[in-house]
Amino acid sequence: MNRYRADLHVHTVLSPCGDLEMSPSNIVKRAALKGIDILGVTDHNSTKHGALIRKLAEKEGIFVLCGAEVTTREEIHCLAFFENDDTLEKFQQYLDTYLADVWNNPSRFGYQVVVDENDMIVEEVNRLLIAAIDQSIDEVEEEVHALGGLFIPAHIDRPSHSLISQLGFMPPGLKVDALEVTGRTTPEDMVSQFPELAPYSFIGSSDAHFPEQLGTRMTVFEMETRSFAEIKKALHREDGRRVSVLTDRSRA
Amino acid sequence: MTVADIVKALDLKVLSGAGGLNREVSGGYVSDLLSDVMGKADAGQVWVTLQTHKNVMAIASLKDLAAVILVSGYQPAENTAQQSEEENIPILGTDMSAFEVTGELYTLIRK
Repeated sequence: MNRYRADLHVHTVLSPCGDLEMSPSNIVKRAALKGIDILGVTDHNSTKHGALIRKLAEKEGIFVLCGAEVTTREEIHCLAFFENDDTLEKFQQYLDTYLADVWNNPSRFGYQVVVDENDMIVEEVNRLLIAAIDQSIDEVEEEVHALGGLFIPAHIDRPSHSLISQLGFMPPGLKVDALEVTGRTTPEDMVSQFPELAPYSFIGSSDAHFPEQLGTRMTVFEMETRSFAEIKKALHREDGRRVSVLTDRSRA
Repeated sequence: MTVADIVKALDLKVLSGAGGLNREVSGGYVSDLLSDVMGKADAGQVWVTLQTHKNVMAIASLKDLAAVILVSGYQPAENTAQQSEEENIPILGTDMSAFEVTGELYTLIRK
C-alpha cells in the first residue's frame, strides 16, 4: 500500500469568499510546494474550476478530485466529488437548476470569477454561490450517488452550516462516504459525542480560502494507487485501504 | 390550552399528526437550528420553524414537544409527516412568517 496526502476541501477565486490569489494556476503551484498528492476542488455550489485545475495539476503529478461544496436547503455544507467530466457537468446542471435566484453583490460578498490558466477572467458568475440550493440533504445525497459520486458532509463539528448544527444528529438512512472534521475536534471526540458516527471514515481538510492555508490540514489515504475507485475504497475501508486525519503531531 | 385551541385561534392547518391535537401546551420555542432546539426547548412547547427534515420529528419526540408549526407555507417532507402521525405530535402549517405567527402565539399563550 502507498500513502498519499490529500487536501480535499479547497476553494478557488470562484467562491466569493475565495481570495483573488486562489487562481487555478496558483493553487496548483502551491499544492505542489506543500506536497499535496490529492487535491479536492470544492467551490461553493459550483464545479467550474475543476477541469482546469485537473489539467494543470496533471503536469505536477497531483491527482484532482473535481466537485463542489453544496449548501443544502437546511444550510448544511456537503462535499460532492465526481469521477469524470460527464457526471461533473450533470451535477453542475443540477446546481444551476436548484440554486436560489439571488444575485451576488461583489462589494459585500466578493467576486465570483472563472479564470483561465493565465489568470485572465473568462466568466463572472452572477448568482450568489453561497446561497442554498432548494434541495434537502437527502435529495442531494441521492443525486450525488445516482451520478456515481462521493458525498461527504463538511466540517460536521462546526457550530454553523454543519450536519450536526443544522439537524442535531446524523439522520438515519443518510448514505455518506465519509465525514469531514475541522481542527477544533478529533474523529474520536465526535464519535464519543455522537456514537452513530462510529461506522464512518473521517477526513480532515484545510477548507483553504487563501494560498497559505492550502495543505494546513490533510488526510492520509493508504491505498494501491490514486484513482477515484481507490479513493472510494479507502473511504469505505475496503480491501485493506483506509484513511486517517493527518494532525500536526502525526506529521512530525 | 391544547394544540387544538391554538389551531382554532390562529387558523392553522393540521398537516399531520391530528391524533395529538389534545396535547397540552406550556409555551413556545422558535429556532431553525435543530442542535439548538435539542439543547434548549422544553417539554410541552410548540416549536416554530421552517425546517421540514424528518429529524424535526425525532427532536420533537425526544423533547416531548406539543406540536410543530411550519411557517411561510413550508410543507413537511413525506417521511417527516409520517413520523408525526406515528408519534401523534401534530405538524401545523401557516402562510404567516415566523415573526407573525410567533407574535400571535405569544399573545395567545400569555393571556
